[in-house]
Amino acid sequence: MPVKILTEHINVPGIDTFEVYRKMGGYTAVEKALKKMTPDEIVEEVKKSGVRGRGGAGFPMGMKWSFLAKPEGVPRYLVCNADESEPGTFKDHYLMKNNPHLLIEGMIVSSFALGANKSFIYVRGELMYVIHILERAIEEAKAAGFLGKNILGTGYDLELVVQPGGGAYICGEETALLESLEGKRGNPRNKPPFPAVKGLYQCPTVVNNVESISNTPWIVNNGGEAYAALGVGRSTGTKLISVSGHVNKPGVYEIPLGITVEDFIYADEWCGGIRPGHHLKAVVAGGSSVPILPANLILTLANGDKRLMTYESLSDGGFATGTMLGSGGFIVMDETTCIVRNTLTFARFYHHESCGQCSPCREGTGWMDKVLDRIEHGKGNMRDIDLLVDVAKKIEGNTICPLGDAAAWPIAAAIRHFRHEFEWHVTHPLEATKPGAVYRGEMELV
Amino acid sequence: METTAPQLFKITFDGIEIEVPPGTTIMQAARKIAEADPTKMHLAPPAMCYYEPLKGSGGKCRACLVKVSAGSAKDPRPMPKLVPSCITTVQDGMIVENTTNEAVVETRKGIVEFLLLNHPLDCPVCDQAGECHLQDFAFEHGRVQTRYEEDRRTFEKQDIGPYVQLHMTRCILCYRCVFTADQITNKRVHGVMNRGDHAEISTYIEKAIDNDFSGNVIDVCPVGALTDKTYRFKNRVWFTKPVDAHCDCEKCSGKVTLWYRGDEVIRVTARKNEWGEVKEFICNTCRFERKKTSDWTIEGPMKVARYSVIMANKYRADLKKPEFGLKVAASQYKQIDDSRPFVTDNSTIRELSKENNAKANQRSLAENN
Repeated sequence: MPVKILTEHINVPGIDTFEVYRKMGGYTAVEKALKKMTPDEIVEEVKKSGVRGRGGAGFPMGMKWSFLAKPEGVPRYLVCNADESEPGTFKDHYLMKNNPHLLIEGMIVSSFALGANKSFIYVRGELMYVIHILERAIEEAKAAGFLGKNILGTGYDLELVVQPGGGAYICGEETALLESLEGKRGNPRNKPPFPAVKGLYQCPTVVNNVESISNTPWIVNNGGEAYAALGVGRSTGTKLISVSGHVNKPGVYEIPLGITVEDFIYADEWCGGIRPGHHLKAVVAGGSSVPILPANLILTLANGDKRLMTYESLSDGGFATGTMLGSGGFIVMDETTCIVRNTLTFARFYHHESCGQCSPCREGTGWMDKVLDRIEHGKGNMRDIDLLVDVAKKIEGNTICPLGDAAAWPIAAAIRHFRHEFEWHVTHPLEATKPGAVYRGEMELV
Repeated sequence: METTAPQLFKITFDGIEIEVPPGTTIMQAARKIAEADPTKMHLAPPAMCYYEPLKGSGGKCRACLVKVSAGSAKDPRPMPKLVPSCITTVQDGMIVENTTNEAVVETRKGIVEFLLLNHPLDCPVCDQAGECHLQDFAFEHGRVQTRYEEDRRTFEKQDIGPYVQLHMTRCILCYRCVFTADQITNKRVHGVMNRGDHAEISTYIEKAIDNDFSGNVIDVCPVGALTDKTYRFKNRVWFTKPVDAHCDCEKCSGKVTLWYRGDEVIRVTARKNEWGEVKEFICNTCRFERKKTSDWTIEGPMKVARYSVIMANKYRADLKKPEFGLKVAASQYKQIDDSRPFVTDNSTIRELSKENNAKANQRSLAENN
């Protein structure tokens, strides 16, 4: 049985209450951290663990913490990014609604390590019931003396605030999140300065994902080295993967990083294979913004080795033959999926969610959406396919925040790997526009 | 006692070395080069959203993206992405490529295309035409044909107070007017609503910007989205004569430019420098009410310093035209071969035209087949 760090007790009845969570060994990390460790020691353990940001970028968390500027007389903030809005990703939601105290414990430990006396959890506005769960959990923790003034008599104060977002995908970008938290329009900021130097209210701030922070209690309890022993290479620990699509058992799984993609899709322990009578066609491995890969490339690397569920292995081969682990939104598609329609759905999402601040993203996302819409509805021509590639190239890397990249990558990748389907839509408009029509030509299925 | 000279950073911009104080942005350094030598005007990156006097502006339009091929003398690695020159500060030993880098020029073409995507291109009826930054930018970097076949976004015209009209359809969302409004008022009355390509500049629930300096949003607007209602459709800028003038105004500096048609002042604006930027804002009384020559002390003709469509007329005499546009033209088009003999003899002309007709007929036959 693989080690479970985040979901070990998630099925225990009443784990969302303080008593049950405490009985299962909860809040011991707070006691250990506040009474026996110094903040620097905790940062050192997190560094040793090698845990990488679980929000999508995969930046080493310990390094992010050590970049935090510490000027005298200026407050520091920890902000938890719970604005999970990426299509295909629903792991934080699952974690927070079932085990809110894990996040709160992580927030206390992390805030102590960073020297923050006021920390925020910025929750996606659509998840109002999760916000109520978190607020109740915070009240319970406060009543038990784990939050508020003078925690456990150590003299450390921490106030934890849950802030609902306004319902914008862009507010999941860390600087847009900070703007939104300050009460402004959620427009991403230009970087540098990075939040570690000038973040919330122009003070040094660390922004971490829910899953990243939820790892810290285990790291404090068991040590960074024990965490680093899990996983493969620089992909340490476990990762929550939210699986959706045409598999037998969609849901949220905590996997040890390093299992093969093939195992993950076909083993009964995880997804349990593609639904009966169908075959794997394509996978979006890390949420809608990462490049889509066809079946043969997601299972094996370009050199024939099996692809693993790690940051490195999934991005092996660059974007030509690789993708990214991203936020762990694993979308599996069988041969009944029309890639053009799927790409259009993604493009429409990014068009809707672009903040409109910088011109390539504002105009480009809308343009790609409209052109794709035309192709999908049988009104495109061959020129449009190249146009999409060109527009995606002009957006990529030229925007303030990664939303532009996120909008461009899936479209460029879909055309890279499934160009024949786009061409089929152009050459066979009557067939392609029938309800539920899918390209039935040559497909490499597994 | 000797004063220690402030330490200067040496940077290389498009092969030109310049020393600037720390904290200078790449854009400012490039402008410094151009200010020292007007023939290098075209080297300065274009700015659609950056506006030096407005704190916080810049970084949005991405028109000024440049390549940093060496970050600094200490760390000479190139920056992985193109960086916005208006907000990126220089480091000692930085090497920047602007017009000399193909990726930069290519990206800039893309940015023009993006900016024009939802722009109505109604220059023939737009008051800004002739002094429009987007027009200049598109003239320099744009492509001849659009690849956009879809509908453009449109909005209803909106009045912001008695003097200013918002023509949102033309807006490129540079946020300059938002920063201006933030600077002249202490309430957030003017901002951006909605998201993405449907974002629009708006005032708080149709509330006018009620301020003596509200007219300045017209001057900062790079396109014709915010226009002067007292000047709307009165004239084309290139038919007007700009004259610098001043008056004793208790609210503002009183330094303005008067735009004459014949003997009539048809428009008053603040003075713009060679980058199209207003350093000293003027009040609404000067801008909208004082439209008589007797209100002003005339200083003399305005020097049109900005390279723009407007200077293509009579005001270019003492300025050299930037070579960039010509260079591009020379590389793209063949020079017309005009070496044919000059013929005046009637019979020869008749012969030649017969020959030409025969050639043309043959050509069209060949094409039809």
